Amino acid sequence: MHPANLKPPMVNLGIDVRGIDKTFGSGDSRTPVLKQTTFHAELGKLTFLVGPSGCGKTTLLSIIAGTLHADGGEIDVLGHRLDKMKGGAVTKFRARHLGFIFQQFNLLPTLTAAENVSVPLVIQGWSPSKAEKQACLTLERVGMSNRCNYRPSKLSGGQQQRVAIARALVHEPPLIICDEPTSSLDSENGQQVMQLLRNAASQANRLVLVVTHDSRVYKYADAMAEMEDGRILRTFNSQDEIARHTSTN
Amino acid sequence: MFRLALKMLVGDSAKYLMLISGIVFATVLMTQGFSLFCGLLSWTFSTLRNVEVPIWVADPKVEQVNDNKPLRDTDVNRVRSVQGVAWAVPLYQGNMQARLADGSSKMITLLGIDSSTLIGAPARLVAGRLEDLRLPNTVIIDEYGVERLSQDSNKKIGIGDVFEINDHEARIVGICKAVRSFTGGPYVYTTYERAVQYVPQQRKLLTFVLAAPQPGLDAEVVALRIQKETGLGAYTSEQLMWSTIRWYFVNTGIPINVGTIVMIGFIIGAAITAQTFYNFVLENTRNLAALMAMGASTRRLCAMLMLQAITVGFIGYGIGLGVVTLLGTQLLRLGRVPFLMLWQVPVGVFVAILIICLFSALLGIIRIARLEPAIVFR
Repeated sequence: MHPANLKPPMVNLGIDVRGIDKTFGSGDSRTPVLKQTTFHAELGKLTFLVGPSGCGKTTLLSIIAGTLHADGGEIDVLGHRLDKMKGGAVTKFRARHLGFIFQQFNLLPTLTAAENVSVPLVIQGWSPSKAEKQACLTLERVGMSNRCNYRPSKLSGGQQQRVAIARALVHEPPLIICDEPTSSLDSENGQQVMQLLRNAASQANRLVLVVTHDSRVYKYADAMAEMEDGRILRTFNSQDEIARHTSTN
Repeated sequence: MFRLALKMLVGDSAKYLMLISGIVFATVLMTQGFSLFCGLLSWTFSTLRNVEVPIWVADPKVEQVNDNKPLRDTDVNRVRSVQGVAWAVPLYQGNMQARLADGSSKMITLLGIDSSTLIGAPARLVAGRLEDLRLPNTVIIDEYGVERLSQDSNKKIGIGDVFEINDHEARIVGICKAVRSFTGGPYVYTTYERAVQYVPQQRKLLTFVLAAPQPGLDAEVVALRIQKETGLGAYTSEQLMWSTIRWYFVNTGIPINVGTIVMIGFIIGAAITAQTFYNFVLENTRNLAALMAMGASTRRLCAMLMLQAITVGFIGYGIGLGVVTLLGTQLLRLGRVPFLMLWQVPVGVFVAILIICLFSALLGIIRIARLEPAIVFR
């Protein structure tokens, strides 16, 4: 068995994924992406999922986020068995428990920063005015209070990503999923964004899971899992281990 | 979420305007087409609207009100003798040439009404007296006739002016309002006896016998009785109207031509709207997937799309209908274009626009239904 898979399953973790498979395509174009993958991440930690392109990081992230179905295996997220949930329940679960930060920010171009940030609250049924007030407070937390009424096109990449972070935080979700949050940013903005994520992960009941290629930001991680060929190759459970690994590579 | 949907829609001003334009275009083309169609059809039975009587008796082979298969003068008395008929009077209708003082001639629709009762006379006289029709060689012309017969002259024709019909003098003693005829000739009213003098001699000249049922009797029942007892064709005003409409429907190219305009409006409107809307959804696919990932259900996103499509439909329809109404008002003021917007026209066009919007939304909904929120991570 692969060393990364030796760790026994634990139920009280933020994320506990056991032996999942995912294959895309059929016939000759059949491509197995995840192969009996097992992955764990704890609440209160900023956890990185790293690895080369095509190793299955994004597929694993999508399965953990409930946006993609696994072909097999058990997926325990925040104590909920996602693999047992029906479509509607997964959607509700995402709305209540997950915050998202995307590589391309995915802010709605016709909405202001405050309106964009208010979207997760509006999805949960908040009135738009109440949600926007809350959104402005959250924008303040990421240093964007003076840009509440700006549309994304009037903001820089770093500012857009900060708005996206505010959107992920506004409904105080216990799990924040980040897909390459710094890849579209310069080094300085990347560091600022990671600092914000670091702060977000400092809450004991929150887990921030980041998929990234960007080795410049590894220093922010509390834990890290390295993937290769659809499996977790190695896990690092402290900043020292990560620093050691980074320096040797 | 619905506020968000509207902001997404309005925020992309180019697409929004394109969508509105598509609906406006479809609304204008369809409403205009239908209104012209109704206007044209209303012109075909204008005699029925200008001569308001309950029962029309004609040759049994007559299919519509502009058809002229003359009866014998004695047929008036045959109709009068039918039980339940309150009165029956003769009517001549035919197209003639009016020769003007300057030698030019214009086509007219000559109506010869009963001289003693003046039944069938114009209901709305704007100048002159109806009784003057009993004076020798007198006629009443409609307002369009004033315009038409004055066309080649510096002076507007009016009461006291004279023209000729088949070399007989016709002196104008009144001007009335009348609905335009399908053939385009203005209505000229005179007495039946004089109309018969104006018309080249034929053995039979009576076009219709106009009749009414006795009080308390149904016109349809009495018409049926006339038909049975005289062997003539007898219709209520409404029956003859529908028979006329049916005849023009079957025997002319009007429905096909107007139908083509309406169909083009529908297809082009649907194509522009559906394509723009689908592009709008395509361009927003990642954003919609992000919304799905954040917990917006497919049903909610579909409702958002539906709201966007219906909003565009309502606004475009409103603008389009406004444009057609303005255009129609101007055309009616000119008086030369058949334009009749019955209430059924805007209702029908609204339904068509709704179908276009729902179809457009459906294309987007199919796209969303197949959408995997995971694409937002790719």
